[in-house]
Amino acid sequence: MARYLLTRAWQSALTLLLSTIVVFFGVRALPGDPALALAGEDRSPEALEAIRRHYGLDQPLPVQFAQYVERMAQGDFGVSIRTGTPVSSMLTTALPVTVELAVLAILLATALGVGAGVLAAVRRGRPAEWVANGLALIGLSVPHFWLGLLAILYLSVATGLFPASGFVPILENPVDNLHHIVLPAVILGTGLAAIIMRQTRSAMLDSLSSDYVRTAKAKGLRPRAVITQHALRNSLIVVVTVVGLQLGGLISGAVVTEQIFGLPGFGKMTIDAVFQRDYPVIQAVVLLTATAYIVINFFVDLLYSVIDPRIRVTGDPA
Amino acid sequence: MTTAERAGTAATVDTPVLAVRDLSVSFPTETGTVSAVDAVSLDLAPGEIVGMVGESGCGKSVTAMSIAGLLPGSARVSGSVRLNGTELVGSRESALRRVRGKEIAYIFQEPMTSLNPVLTVGRQIGEVLQIHERMSRRAARARAVELLTLVGIPSAARRVDNYPHQLSGGMRQRVMIAMAVACGPKVLVADEPTTALDVTVQAGILQVLRDLRDRLGTSILIITHDLGVIADIADRVVVMYAGRVVERAPVTDLFAHPYHRYTAGLLSASPTPGRHAGTDRLQEIPGLVPVLSTQPDACTFADRCPAADSRCRDSAPPLEVVGAGTTDHLAACWHPCPSPRSPIEEVNR
Repeated sequence: MARYLLTRAWQSALTLLLSTIVVFFGVRALPGDPALALAGEDRSPEALEAIRRHYGLDQPLPVQFAQYVERMAQGDFGVSIRTGTPVSSMLTTALPVTVELAVLAILLATALGVGAGVLAAVRRGRPAEWVANGLALIGLSVPHFWLGLLAILYLSVATGLFPASGFVPILENPVDNLHHIVLPAVILGTGLAAIIMRQTRSAMLDSLSSDYVRTAKAKGLRPRAVITQHALRNSLIVVVTVVGLQLGGLISGAVVTEQIFGLPGFGKMTIDAVFQRDYPVIQAVVLLTATAYIVINFFVDLLYSVIDPRIRVTGDPA
Repeated sequence: MTTAERAGTAATVDTPVLAVRDLSVSFPTETGTVSAVDAVSLDLAPGEIVGMVGESGCGKSVTAMSIAGLLPGSARVSGSVRLNGTELVGSRESALRRVRGKEIAYIFQEPMTSLNPVLTVGRQIGEVLQIHERMSRRAARARAVELLTLVGIPSAARRVDNYPHQLSGGMRQRVMIAMAVACGPKVLVADEPTTALDVTVQAGILQVLRDLRDRLGTSILIITHDLGVIADIADRVVVMYAGRVVERAPVTDLFAHPYHRYTAGLLSASPTPGRHAGTDRLQEIPGLVPVLSTQPDACTFADRCPAADSRCRDSAPPLEVVGAGTTDHLAACWHPCPSPRSPIEEVNR
């Protein structure tokens, strides 16, 4: 186990370093100049030069990179070129919004996807399965942003059931907070729910026809116990894998969803930063996303061995 | 107990624990109804071990599964299965659930896949006790340790927390047996319990089953295609062919004098020390097992039988008492073997 953790930590560090390099040089390869964006009306060469000097943008790239890494190592994410506020304080306001959105989306998608998947497998060939399959097809093929716009149009603008945009922090007013975030979370979770549903259905069909389910029935277990304690337990590994794999998609989906619903989260911050060539913010966002991805995948791997005792976590390559 | 004594106890068939009468099972398919089991009857006396033998696809397992109503919903089952006089065919699911695992328990062929890979063996054994005996989880676990000891698993207190993949094949099958006998069932149905195991392990498993019969008085229906297993453990034998019972007899009688041509063929196809030594080769039965849905009103074995004539192809022979001085040796054959010699050799001659 210790050896596994060590290997894993080493791999994670390498991944982080690589993503730092890619994003640092990647954003600078984009056309556009932050100095131009900042200068506004006054575009005299002197003014631009002053701005570049102020943010260290006049230095050669390797020097800029070295300075960046040095500051990062001290926990300093730098200052936003656009607003002048420290990136770390921007993150502390934006991050909770996105985390809440993503967690809620995952929870809703898992509950819905697993429930519908089990139902579709148990009621195979009956209307319940067709409905579940149909919904999954819609969930997979309709893009988030369009679904989000429709939801705003019909559920917010037309009926006023949900607010069309904006956000209330959870500590300020939990009920209001939920009211604002539930619709975006549902929209964000649709694709994931559809994928989870389909995977759960096929995994459940496998386990329902397995020998150990026959044994469970021969023991005199109720159908509900056969399904939940024997068949579903064996299908969960698939669900965990899917959620882990879809995390990247969820993060990019969050960016779009936040933009549509005007949530002041990570996604909105990223888009604004990219448009303004706000290098320190983009770098911090990407690094944080990569870290989150690595950490969550690590927990997914640990979860495997909890669900399926046959999977043992070891450091051995074999 | 010697084989002669075993045959003796079987002769005094008192009230059967399990009485199967004219059990038929068919499955609707796209090409029509397939009959898997056709009017099978058999009795299981208290403490008796009955072996059911036949080729793959002859309806052994379907018969076994239909006893406790474990077939999929599409199966059409008719006839009667009585457990201590209570009819099981057509009874409610809730009533059948109370029977399964408590009165009638099962052991299956492949212990690796038949045990749930993500639950400890203790939990899987305890589960039966929790539902049928309303035991607490803790009490059920303690009882699971005792049961594991009963079926001969060393250091059971440690093994109880193992997962199936941590055990050997033989141990897994012992776990299956422990699970099956947890509630002291009256009937144990063992469907090919030794087929997936090494020969040395097989002997151990058969010994466990015999012990359980002796100690707990459990009646056992053992299903196998292995005549060696039958000879080793069974009191009586039921031979099945293409969904029908073709011969039924005490084990010694059957091996001494098979009347049905199929049984005789089956025996000639199994190696016996001495008999086939030297120049003799094992006899195979020519032809293939017929497709069950096309069962004609005839002897199903007629096409492969060396003694078949027009009568065999026109009408199905009834299961009748054969041989002199016995009432419990039955065969369904118009031309039963006259002598204990291989019928195929005889006809070829």
